[in-house]
Amino acid sequence: MDINEIRKQFPVLDQQVYGKPLVYLDNAATTQKPLCVIEREREYYLHENCNIHRGVHYLSQMATEAYEHARQTVARFINAPEAHEIVFTRGTTESLNLLATSLGHLLFDSGNNTSHLSPLTSHLPKVLVTAMEHHSNLVPWQQMVKFYGGELLVAPMDDNGVLDLQAYEDLLKQGPQIVAMAHVSNTLGTVNPIKEMIHLAHQYGVLAVVDGAQSMAHLPIDVQDLDCDFFVFSGHKMYAPMGIGGLYGKTEWLENIPPYQFGGEMVDTVSFEKTTFNKLPFKFEAGTPNVGAALGLETAIQFLENLDRSAVEAHENLLVKTTMEKLSTIEGMRFIGQAPERSGLVSFIIDGIHPYDLGTIIDKMGVAVRTGHHCAEPVMTRFGIPGTVRASFAVYNTLEEVVVLVKAVERAAMMLR
Amino acid sequence: MTIKEIQNNIIEDFSMFDDWMDRYAMLIEMGKECPIIDEQYRDEKHLINGCQSRVWLHAELKDGKVYFTADSDAVITKGIINLLIKVFSGQTPEDILAADLSFLDEIGLKEHLSPTRSNGLVSMVKQMMLYAEAFKSIS
Repeated sequence: MDINEIRKQFPVLDQQVYGKPLVYLDNAATTQKPLCVIEREREYYLHENCNIHRGVHYLSQMATEAYEHARQTVARFINAPEAHEIVFTRGTTESLNLLATSLGHLLFDSGNNTSHLSPLTSHLPKVLVTAMEHHSNLVPWQQMVKFYGGELLVAPMDDNGVLDLQAYEDLLKQGPQIVAMAHVSNTLGTVNPIKEMIHLAHQYGVLAVVDGAQSMAHLPIDVQDLDCDFFVFSGHKMYAPMGIGGLYGKTEWLENIPPYQFGGEMVDTVSFEKTTFNKLPFKFEAGTPNVGAALGLETAIQFLENLDRSAVEAHENLLVKTTMEKLSTIEGMRFIGQAPERSGLVSFIIDGIHPYDLGTIIDKMGVAVRTGHHCAEPVMTRFGIPGTVRASFAVYNTLEEVVVLVKAVERAAMMLR
Repeated sequence: MTIKEIQNNIIEDFSMFDDWMDRYAMLIEMGKECPIIDEQYRDEKHLINGCQSRVWLHAELKDGKVYFTADSDAVITKGIINLLIKVFSGQTPEDILAADLSFLDEIGLKEHLSPTRSNGLVSMVKQMMLYAEAFKSIS
């Protein structure tokens, strides 16, 4: 795998900031886009743009076919059994809001008899999350259980950022109906043993939702092997355009949960008295979708599939390992998240130095990292820190860039001490 | 000195450095010398929460002039707070309210006062103005 050849496909990387070559290490926030993805979306607007599923005319049919082909590609990429089990959304956050809202209606609205779906629904609503969730996989559930007068359960982790599996199982025994878990933590880089966690959840009759925002670009995903009930992800964190993402759900669940938004092509028949809804997946896709971005997502998947995924994983792991080795020589360095199973990023603080100060100084040296709480405030509270500096990697990052990062951090630490 | 004169002095001080690193080194030094808020005011009531760094601000009126003390957990933020305190402390509420902050632009630090930076500084300036407004009505 030739990283320099891959870099050439990402024009945005070839620029200077403050007169220094850009070192882009904020990939957990969003990855850059390869030319093929940019070209695909451009091509759509140049030659194919049309509203889909409506027109009988040529362009509309072509756009509809392309959009549905993209859905099939996503299904194949995560090994979903059926393309209709893929719902296009704006991304992880929208997928999770859809689930929290619509699962809430299905399971907890009074008058719904859903005991045939889940034997636990007669109890108080409870949702189990882990202590390492970002706000998107926490707040929607928290607000949903609050609305129904239920309870949010939180599975704890240890000082290395490793989930306490025993405590997780003990919490499953407390009767949550749903567990929502990050595949990879966006602040700690921890890879959770989700297959085992899903298996445990199912043993207790609990629905399993997996947040794949930070895993799709880095790890192979097979939803059938995982046996998760739902899997959500964002396109823009896996080299695709912003504004597109997805929700995978098992057919039986998607059939049963009510729609999230209304209008547009999600309806079947409409009168003033009553509306019936379209079949899967259209029932969940209200309004005109982001067709161009969906086609860009398909191209991003093809871009990933054309790479040797295991070589990509090995390369990214080497970047993480080297970064940690080199940073560890800096006095006062403290890594936040040292799980043995990790992916894609390094989070750290330096004693006596605020992450904002460090980020501000190294930004001036051309290094783009994220500072702050990374939309995961409870994780910061857990470690008793105001935030971290997070360097997160993508396939196009190099060992030379790691050296620049480390030098920049060393210099900034000297200035700030 | 008037607000304008103090601002001009600051611009002159910063113009001695061509290099951004020296400018930030000076800002960090200024952060360390910031008139620190009295412990009794370092509480929730005086806290301005930014997403990235936190700021505490207190003001009092003496002989018709406003005096600020503050603190922040980030030293660069504190350096900019100290710049603002140098400019505003010891001025009348009317002069503070009429002041123009474009000097931060001239010394290349405007980005820190961007609302998207979420370091608490924008809210702090607003809070300084609110203090001045309140003192104006009682003085």
